[in-house]
Amino acid sequence: MSEFFLEVLKTISNWAIPVLLVLIPTVGFLKKVKVYEVFVEGAKEGFNVAIRIIPFLVAILMAISMFRASGAMDIFVSFISPITDLIGMPAEILPAAFMRPLSGSGTLGIITELINTHGPDSFIGNLASTIYGSTETTFYVLAVYFGSVAIKKTRHAVPAGLIADFAGIMAALFICQLMFGQ
Amino acid sequence: MLNYVWFGLVAIAFVTAIFTGKIPEVGTAAVTGAETAVNISLGLIGIMALWLGIMKIAEEAGLIKLLARIIKPVTKRLFPEIPPDHPAMGAMLLNLAANWLGLSNAATPLGLKAMEELQSLNKSDDTASNSQVLFLAMNTASITFIPATIIGIRVAAGSKDPFSIIATSLFASTCATIVAIITAKLLGRLKVFKKTDPNIAVIEEPEK
Repeated sequence: MSEFFLEVLKTISNWAIPVLLVLIPTVGFLKKVKVYEVFVEGAKEGFNVAIRIIPFLVAILMAISMFRASGAMDIFVSFISPITDLIGMPAEILPAAFMRPLSGSGTLGIITELINTHGPDSFIGNLASTIYGSTETTFYVLAVYFGSVAIKKTRHAVPAGLIADFAGIMAALFICQLMFGQ
Repeated sequence: MLNYVWFGLVAIAFVTAIFTGKIPEVGTAAVTGAETAVNISLGLIGIMALWLGIMKIAEEAGLIKLLARIIKPVTKRLFPEIPPDHPAMGAMLLNLAANWLGLSNAATPLGLKAMEELQSLNKSDDTASNSQVLFLAMNTASITFIPATIIGIRVAAGSKDPFSIIATSLFASTCATIVAIITAKLLGRLKVFKKTDPNIAVIEEPEK
């Protein structure tokens, strides 16, 4: 059963992109769009967009890398763990939870380690997986998405994104306690 | 806001490093961070060009508008500033769909295309519109049906039930998305943020 499910997921992941890459030009071709010329016209922008993102991403990643290297996260976690104990959030999870909005690769590293030390089917393993699977790297998305259109004043995007992350982590804790119990 | 967060991260890093004796590491990290940023950006060129090319075909073939029309009932409530048939809607739907399937490589270029379309309706060059903030908040909460990366790690770690987290992830990310929408909408009504709304500010100007 599990094997079959894995196959289905793999098939969807493998097929989705090639199918789209053929389907869209096919519709275009049938509608008499000059597919090659139009593709090149659109693709021209790719370079500019990527270059435009650089300063935004440099700023964000520089600050986050410094923060990570300083060891501030560990100190922060030891301060906050008495509070999170009250709601049944294991202290081991905290670094992953706080790293989530800051760094995708950083979180993945922490979570892989948690899964390997506690076992993927343990409560901590399941909770860590759920947190990773249900939230995004808010500051990366912020830098890349707003950077690509040169938006510097992000207004309420930071609080909205972080509140959503917090809600996601709380919801992950709630549902994991319900489904995997401790 | 980002001014405070950015400065906060740098300042906290420096002060902490004095006590933890990690000053040299912090210096190295800043440089490596900048390098990583450039590598990520340059790495995007190819995939950006590819998807922007495909999206242009989809646009010319009328596919984007078709998508926009299909999701009109939902989007006209979420994004009242955007004309319901606008290509921004179609691009946003494609980005969200790529996220649902866990296709993060395709999701970013499609999301940036959507951002560009939203920017074409934004009256300001440097200030985010309400629609852009909402779209971004929905993206950071991203609903995923197939969290492929984490399933792979669970399989590798010898999990008996690597898929057990699909349901929990779906639940958690749906909650996060609902909260993202509500928060973005509510915060947008606060005086502080309303004042800077580029699409209202322009209307108020003649009163001076």
